[in-house]
Amino acid sequence: MISRRVVLHFPSELVGQPIISNTVKRYNLEFNILKASIAPPEGGLLVLELLGGKKDVQEALDYLKELKIKIESLSRDVTRKDDLCVHCGVCVALCPSDALVLNQATWQVEFVADKCVACELCVKACPYAAMEVRL
Amino acid sequence: MPRTIQEINEKIKAGKAVVVTAEEITGIVKKKGVGKAFQEVDVVTTGTFGPMCSSGMYLNIGHTKPRIKLGGGTCKLNGVPAYCGLAAVDLFLGAAQLPDDDPRNKIHPGGFRYGGGHVIEEFVAGKDIELEASTYGTDCYPRRELRSWLNIKDVNEAVLFNIRNAYQNYNVAVNLSDKAIFTYMGILKPRLGNANYCSAGVLSPLLNDPLYRTIGIGTRLFLGGGEGFVSWQGTQHNPSVPRTEREVPRRPAGTLCVIGDLKGMDARYLRGVSMYGYGTSLGVGIGIPIPILDEEMAFFTSVADEDILAPIVDYSKGYPELKSDVLGEVSYKDLRSGKITIGNKEVPTGPLSSLTKAREIAQLLKGRIEKGEFVLTEAVERLPGKESGITFKAFQERPIER
Repeated sequence: MISRRVVLHFPSELVGQPIISNTVKRYNLEFNILKASIAPPEGGLLVLELLGGKKDVQEALDYLKELKIKIESLSRDVTRKDDLCVHCGVCVALCPSDALVLNQATWQVEFVADKCVACELCVKACPYAAMEVRL
Repeated sequence: MPRTIQEINEKIKAGKAVVVTAEEITGIVKKKGVGKAFQEVDVVTTGTFGPMCSSGMYLNIGHTKPRIKLGGGTCKLNGVPAYCGLAAVDLFLGAAQLPDDDPRNKIHPGGFRYGGGHVIEEFVAGKDIELEASTYGTDCYPRRELRSWLNIKDVNEAVLFNIRNAYQNYNVAVNLSDKAIFTYMGILKPRLGNANYCSAGVLSPLLNDPLYRTIGIGTRLFLGGGEGFVSWQGTQHNPSVPRTEREVPRRPAGTLCVIGDLKGMDARYLRGVSMYGYGTSLGVGIGIPIPILDEEMAFFTSVADEDILAPIVDYSKGYPELKSDVLGEVSYKDLRSGKITIGNKEVPTGPLSSLTKAREIAQLLKGRIEKGEFVLTEAVERLPGKESGITFKAFQERPIER
């Protein structure tokens, strides 16, 4: 079993189709929707965690690509501007996935991009505008 | 034999003063006792960095040719209105001021991405600021409009003047309601989803001098990367709150009004702050040296996080309704552990005050004193203490009926 967090950009003509439902049935996957938005002229955006066999997850992503869905890995979309962070840690208690942790020895806030689910709570909460999420 | 500030300053000038941080003294006293600690240590440095209410700067921009009198007119710095009702070319800008066209909380919660605090940060960093002013003409000040770039190096005076900083202890903010709330203590998740706190604890200046024995009017301090002075007690200074056996206040208590030359400051220690759904403020770095005059000062500065108790306050109802209900007290040791227990619920904690920066400031100040670059001052007047009878008054509302 592996888990992959991905950002899917749907072209507008695909918004009406049950693509995720088809994908998970076909490749025997579990999924967790982290964020979804549909803006008709531009298409849709879905942030998804896919769980399944390594081969199945890869084939599912290939299938989605064939359908002209643009796929981005989630971790690349979340950044911290290190020069702006003051390491206060107010983001830590809000982070739902432990992607932001306070190192008890150094009292530095560590950002573990792999664990980030792009909920954007830290982007809103950071008083110093150090967190940036680009989707 | 107690020692005097004068003796300590002579040692500083001779490069012989022993300076430790407020974290280090705690360990020293624990290991060696107050007597030995007093003999060994001359100065303890404190530090704090967090969003601080009631901060602002004033400027004298110099006279234009022909002259303009801004008093009675209006003036903006990078689109943020500044107060100019003082005279001709003096301005004051508060950290919480917002551009007129900021939507505020019209669509709640607003972002508040730019305000007075951000202007101060950019100005200190040496960036050009857009000045826009409009006023009426007089025989001696005929000009009515002014639009110009403004740079810190070109103005006569640029002074940081914060009328309430460095709170001695502060509330721990929680949310008992069923929906998220957006406060000056940060985003608070519903049903005790998180608890936010805001003090440097063991490193906090006034928690290391709980009875204001050495920190008083005229005390020189590290302010925003440069130097400043305590100019008065801060607004809302409230020394008469309940205290622990070691005199540590158990509620928000003393505050400081501080002043210093902005031209010597550093934008790393003066940062614009945006509180989502609330507004803007200024992140301020302050460090105050405490002379170890006697065993009592060694004892006071040995305060540890477990000795500091902070009140837990509900910001969904108790705080906005000005009810003095406190849900309980919690120690800074527990807050620092990352979670506290309220009732039977485990609640993650989030600090607004940066311990990393507080440590950095205490170390920096220690270095400056060791090198003889920073000497201590004798307070010219003490801050009102718990015997002063000062209490924190609520607004006395008297409806106007005509």
